[in-house]
Amino acid sequence: MTTTAKPASAVVNRIGLSRADYNGASSTLCNGCGHNSIANVIVGAAYDLSLDPTRIAKFSGIGCSSKSLAYFLGRSHSINGLHGRMPSLATGASIVNKELVAIGVSGDGDTGSIGFGQFKHLLRRNVDMVYIIENNGVYGLTKGQLSSTADLGQRSKHGGSNEMPPTDLCLEAIISGCGFVARSFAGDPRQLQTLLKAAFSHRGTALVNIISPCVTFNNGEASSKSYAWGREHQLPLHEISFLPLEHDEIQVDYEPGTVREVALHDGSILRLKKTDLEYDPTDRMAAITLLEEERAGQLFTTGLLYLDGGRQTLVEHEKLVDLPLVRLPNEKLRPSQEALDKINAEYL
Amino acid sequence: MIEADSTAQPATKTVAPRAPVLNDFSITTATVNGSGCQTANNTLLRAIHKMGVPVCGKNIFPSNIQGLPTWFTMRVSKEGYLARRDQSEILVALNRATILEDIRQLAAGGICLYPVDVQLPLSRDDVTFYPMPVDELVKLSGAENRLKPYVANMVYVGTLAYLLNIDLAEIEAALSHGFSGKQKAIELNYATAKAAYDWAELHLTKADPFRVERMSKTQGTFLIDGNSAAALGSIFGGVQFVSWYPITPSTSIVDALSEYLPKLRREADGKATYSIVQAEDELAVIGMVVGAGWAGARAMTATSGPGLSLMAEFAGYSYFAEIPAVVWDVQRMGPCTGLPTRVAQDDILTAYTLGHGDGRHVCLIPASISECFEFGGAALDLAERLQTLVIVLSDLDLGMNLWPTKPFEFPTTPLDRGKVLSAEDLARLQGQWKRYADVDGDGVCYRTLPGTDHPAAAYFTRGTGHNEEAQYSERPEEWSANLDRLARKHDYARTIVPGPVVDSVEGAQVGLISYGTNDPAVQEARDLLKAMGVSTSYLRLRALPLERKLPEFIKTHQRVYVVENNLDGQMHALIQLHDPAEAGRILSIAKCDGLPLTACWVSESVLTREAKERA
Repeated sequence: MTTTAKPASAVVNRIGLSRADYNGASSTLCNGCGHNSIANVIVGAAYDLSLDPTRIAKFSGIGCSSKSLAYFLGRSHSINGLHGRMPSLATGASIVNKELVAIGVSGDGDTGSIGFGQFKHLLRRNVDMVYIIENNGVYGLTKGQLSSTADLGQRSKHGGSNEMPPTDLCLEAIISGCGFVARSFAGDPRQLQTLLKAAFSHRGTALVNIISPCVTFNNGEASSKSYAWGREHQLPLHEISFLPLEHDEIQVDYEPGTVREVALHDGSILRLKKTDLEYDPTDRMAAITLLEEERAGQLFTTGLLYLDGGRQTLVEHEKLVDLPLVRLPNEKLRPSQEALDKINAEYL
Repeated sequence: MIEADSTAQPATKTVAPRAPVLNDFSITTATVNGSGCQTANNTLLRAIHKMGVPVCGKNIFPSNIQGLPTWFTMRVSKEGYLARRDQSEILVALNRATILEDIRQLAAGGICLYPVDVQLPLSRDDVTFYPMPVDELVKLSGAENRLKPYVANMVYVGTLAYLLNIDLAEIEAALSHGFSGKQKAIELNYATAKAAYDWAELHLTKADPFRVERMSKTQGTFLIDGNSAAALGSIFGGVQFVSWYPITPSTSIVDALSEYLPKLRREADGKATYSIVQAEDELAVIGMVVGAGWAGARAMTATSGPGLSLMAEFAGYSYFAEIPAVVWDVQRMGPCTGLPTRVAQDDILTAYTLGHGDGRHVCLIPASISECFEFGGAALDLAERLQTLVIVLSDLDLGMNLWPTKPFEFPTTPLDRGKVLSAEDLARLQGQWKRYADVDGDGVCYRTLPGTDHPAAAYFTRGTGHNEEAQYSERPEEWSANLDRLARKHDYARTIVPGPVVDSVEGAQVGLISYGTNDPAVQEARDLLKAMGVSTSYLRLRALPLERKLPEFIKTHQRVYVVENNLDGQMHALIQLHDPAEAGRILSIAKCDGLPLTACWVSESVLTREAKERA
């Protein structure tokens, strides 16, 4: 709310802001928390993309992940809402101001349990926003209870071990009609930043489910949400790179058929270089099959799981006027005296 | 023309001819729901209204789609009384399942119309019975099978028109209005009504005193339901975003918004200046409304008790994070699922204190169609002015029934968008501002909207403890200061919400306090009491928080009765808290049986209590 004198910095982005202009408050999360590295990656992605921070609106629910909203993009409006209710807040805000660049940060409890309904319905409506899940398999802020993404056999401090099948939030997203589903790992900031840039460039909901280790309650080597497990098992679907809207033509020789370029809505391009996996992210059934196989095989593929840019967004569905609703002058909001006279006459 | 069935019971004339009863009786039609009786009832209602005679209809209907008993009562009153009465003089008994009880309920000296093939289960010698050849007239109408049940209702419309002297031309005009000019439907229905009229003229001997006679008391007024008025008021109040989830009896607010917004708020190119989103539940409804309000839109929803319960969590958020939102609560019978299609005023305490922890909400309580329209805009203004949740406490009786009203008046004040700092304001302030600082001393702080193009515009909205700069704070003095300021804001709200309507009678010892749709019953009860020598003053509340002048009214009367339609005397409790020194003189008259209060019940309750209090 107050402007602080900006340190003279030689390095600025396209809109003249330094990386520090995208910072937030200092984190109060645990040292080494995956959420802290994600906050840094968000800062980096927004800076690199030259997003105007005053146009960004941040949304969250309740939990460690939701608290992290304060730790990045300090020049952007934030709303740290209620547990599991981030999707409805973001829906209402983004529909009345379609120029906002909306980013939501949620956790596996916030999204996969208490907010499961709102999560699925937000995807069904295709609200234009980046939806980040910081997934660590536990409730951190209430000290380590199991969440719905907990591994089979994961032990909680007081409640025994988990025998319920873990919720697969990426699979749920694809089934709900989400047009951009990515999975990444807080321990791989390079890939994550590339995916986040692509997510910001997608129109509609872009879901990025990030395994983000909880160093205090669920970072044992056996946990699929730990740094060690992630590093050992991560299997990128592609080598990805992001070419922003104003990119120069980069000429690199690739072996024919090894590279696929996906144009995003804002004109930027996501370049996917094949790995051994031979994966086509536009094939919905292939994505579902992959996730089903992973469930059985304890795999941890990362990258862009599914992309469908063809879906209508909620704002498009509503056929709104060109100006954001919140910027309409009052004269546009109150019909005329003549209009009321006509209604009165119809009833008389 | 068909011949009268020789086996039909003739109209029994059992009472001596009486002086005509003109424009002062009630009609009840007893039917099954889903049979199209609403068209018939509204046709009669509109025809009588158009004859210049004050009339108000109440639909007493089941929570069901088809086949259960439903009653429609019309109060015809030359005095202009709109309240329901305990008994009707005229019964149209079309429901075999309830006919016994319906005849029992009929006022002495009343009349009963019934299908000729029905064996009457009860004969009363103080009632005149008129048979109607319903099946024959329907057969003659030539209506295709699926339309027959609907056309059947026109038989009682025509028969009543003959018996009560309702102008057939007004019946035809009402049908034309009801079917929006759809000629085929109008002709089919009117022909049946006319055939019934002709049959009655030929075969029935009028043996009762009830007549409708033209007056000029409804000129310049029309009939409309409160929910439609609420929707129109909200539209002329500049609503931009609506989220909703279906629930009786609030849904028709959204139906009306969905009907009128496309007509009134689209640009020439067809693009909308509003959005309506049907949510997955009321948790999401209020989340969307609060999200839209946070972003700077005038946002609302409509719900009823069970939905309001689900909204409790965000109600507290709206109060504490200070975000404008409007909820229309069209009250129905609780607790729990209760009676979804019956009226009560039972959300007063819930609405006022909705959510956990400390906190009170601004509530508006309309009592008429005009106030539904007016409060549509006022609620949006107050929500933005006070940056908080505003709940409008309507009810099923006001929301779903047709009431006479004067034409809606175009709002005279511009939209109040409250204290919002623009980028230019921030530049002038050199970026120095605090989201929760009480700069003006009224408890209402300045806010910025997301998307404001200034580097110092942003702030962090949270439902957790915060200081003036919107930073997380657990400091006791900052917590207290914030809650004290919110209390100050609530006190400021007292001064700007719609004030009570007061009719003080010189020398009256009894004061009546009421609100909402009790108004017609209380008004009429005052006349009854006056006739019995009890003079009363009347204060009708229109909002919470209660305003500071209320104690003056209480002080100037020996006893004050708070009349309301709930079991617990919810407003009574709030008034006692508001004026604890006088609590002993503030008495509760409360009842809740699913029906609107009647004047007789109010006046008798006052008399009984007066006798006790004086003893």
